[in-house]
Amino acid sequence: MAHSGPMTDWRKAKLPVIAFLAPATIIYTLFMIYPLLDSIRLSFYATPSGGEAAFVGLDNYRTILADPDWASVFWNSFWNNMKFFAVHMLVQNPIGIALAGILSLPQLRFRNTYRTMMIMPTMLSVVIVGFIWQLILSPVWGVGADLLDIVGLKSLFGPWLGKEASALITLSFISVWQWVGIPLMLIYAALLAIPDDLVDAAVVDGATHFEVFIHIKLPLVLPTVAMVSILTFVGNFNAFDLIYAVKGALAGPNFSTDIMGTLFYRTFFGYQLQLGNPHLGATVASLMFLIILGGVLFYLFAIQRRLARYQM
Amino acid sequence: MSNKVLAKGLAGALAASVALVPMLASAGELVIESWRNDDIDIWNDKIIPAFNEEHPDIKVSFKPTPPTEYNASVNAKLAGGTAGDLITCRPFDASLELFKQGNLAPLDDLNGMDNFSDVAKSAWQTDDGSATFCLPMASVIHGFIYNKEAFEEVGVDVPNTREEFYAALDKIKEDGSYIPMAMGTADQWEAATMGFQNIGPNYWNGEAGRKALIDGSGKFTDAAYVDTFKELATWKNYLPSGFEAISYPDAQNLFSLGRAAVYPAGSWDISLFNNQADFEFGAFPPPAAAGADTCYISDHTDIALGLNANSENAAEAKLFLEWMTGSEFAELYSNALPGFFSLSNHKVEVTDPVASEFVSWRQECESTIRNSYQILSRGTPNLENELWNLSAQVINETLSPEEAASAAEAGLAKWYAPHQ
Repeated sequence: MAHSGPMTDWRKAKLPVIAFLAPATIIYTLFMIYPLLDSIRLSFYATPSGGEAAFVGLDNYRTILADPDWASVFWNSFWNNMKFFAVHMLVQNPIGIALAGILSLPQLRFRNTYRTMMIMPTMLSVVIVGFIWQLILSPVWGVGADLLDIVGLKSLFGPWLGKEASALITLSFISVWQWVGIPLMLIYAALLAIPDDLVDAAVVDGATHFEVFIHIKLPLVLPTVAMVSILTFVGNFNAFDLIYAVKGALAGPNFSTDIMGTLFYRTFFGYQLQLGNPHLGATVASLMFLIILGGVLFYLFAIQRRLARYQM
Repeated sequence: MSNKVLAKGLAGALAASVALVPMLASAGELVIESWRNDDIDIWNDKIIPAFNEEHPDIKVSFKPTPPTEYNASVNAKLAGGTAGDLITCRPFDASLELFKQGNLAPLDDLNGMDNFSDVAKSAWQTDDGSATFCLPMASVIHGFIYNKEAFEEVGVDVPNTREEFYAALDKIKEDGSYIPMAMGTADQWEAATMGFQNIGPNYWNGEAGRKALIDGSGKFTDAAYVDTFKELATWKNYLPSGFEAISYPDAQNLFSLGRAAVYPAGSWDISLFNNQADFEFGAFPPPAAAGADTCYISDHTDIALGLNANSENAAEAKLFLEWMTGSEFAELYSNALPGFFSLSNHKVEVTDPVASEFVSWRQECESTIRNSYQILSRGTPNLENELWNLSAQVINETLSPEEAASAAEAGLAKWYAPHQ
């Protein structure tokens, strides 16, 4: 094709570029960017009972972060959210990596069956997952106590979902059980992309499967692991549904399972006799956004740049 | 992805309302918003057909939302202008706020409004009583439902005093074949509603105590409230093991499967037990201390129906509301839904034996409503939601009765002038 200069090139390319960008731009602007900006705008207003919304500047942020009632609730939900995230990072992702490592072993049989079974919970609705686990762990009807009885550990069984000390951890494990398929799939795909000759060379040099995994495969999939971590972070700080399905918006007992998503819901929409406050709710949502933004920026600048990438 | 929740919050409400626009567009069809999703058959098979016998040209549809989501969804729909014509009203502040925002129309001039007593209307009036904005439908009564066969088998009688009540529970526990009391604290509200508000009026003398809390002369740290929490704290001895993780439906099932002897109830539980329990059951009011000369029951004004101020079918909706003030509706509603007691002055024959037992306590005992509903749940922290948390914690033993009482008082003192 003859090139007649950059100007014509751009003019020619203009239409397709706009056409390709348009759907995503329009949809994201309409359904993501606009609501996001509008919700931030909403957080700068307040509506007195029966009156019109008025601009109040940062008052709502001051209320949430400085008023002792709101601040204690907010930071409680923040730390609970951190615990929720920590369990996912320490349990879900290592298990996901380990399972992906095992699945990618060349001599494994029934690989596809295992893969399907492990991704299955991810495809279930959260409401169903919450319901199933509530039943399994129920002290009245649950099979949990009977299963522990078989291995002689029945004395360890307790109403875990109802105890302040264990409710959040239990819910985190339920969430881990549901979502472990995602890191598994992503890391498995990355592992498959590793050329066989690298592994073969290591095997010829006498490395065991475990050594191959630790010294060759893991460093090569580290960028994927980092991506999984940031997805986990964003997903966990946006989490709401499982807690709401199992514990309701009051996230009991004594708010021990309250995370930022449930706090947002309660504040924005209200709960039982507590009336919703869209402005304070939008403030909570904006703070969630800032926390997630902070986490993502930290990842981009402090972690992603330092990751060694290898050309394969 | 990071703005997903924000989008969810705002666009969710938007999407919900957009989805409802076509429904409203069909003119002349009345849409009733309600949280009573259990009652959909009764409305569709009994109440609406009865109304259509008189007004065959008005089409009515009953569109319930699950109870826990109702307030959030109806508020969002009203704000977005997509709510139904008739709005089922929660008592007191939730509806009062809707009225103040101009979302509910005043109903003072509705024909038939004089069929309701002032007490019945008080839950849906402005604080000064100058405007009524919802038509009272029904109240619910708290008490205890018991398994008659279990009582016979263990050999205990229906208790008349608090001492007899706990002696009976002890005996059932000792016998071991039944769980003495079916309740859990997982959902929190049962502990407050079926527990605290059920047994409490006998301690704080019903309306007198409730009004004292409102004018500030009574405090949650008073003996009456501490003692209520103390009695509640003893319940853990009688609840099934692992009650911390037992939900409301679990407790209902434990009772209706015949595994428990006593069930702390709201009268609305009757119809479920009628359908599911294959044993005979009865009811008794929360027993007062021996020697008390008056007994008190929680007879809570629970449900009413209001008119969406922006309804395009206001004339038809008013016809429906007027029909609801009549004796036919009172009779139909009270008997189709045993356990919901009509608030109108019409003489209604309640045919269900357990429901009529519940309603008979109105003659023997003084009625009161839940003390957290009027005015006291207006601020932050919200008293009703606080009581859920505190009552559950008292039973779970993570708070002592004294700590719970002072926490409730401290919460109120934060925003309510008479308690400061």
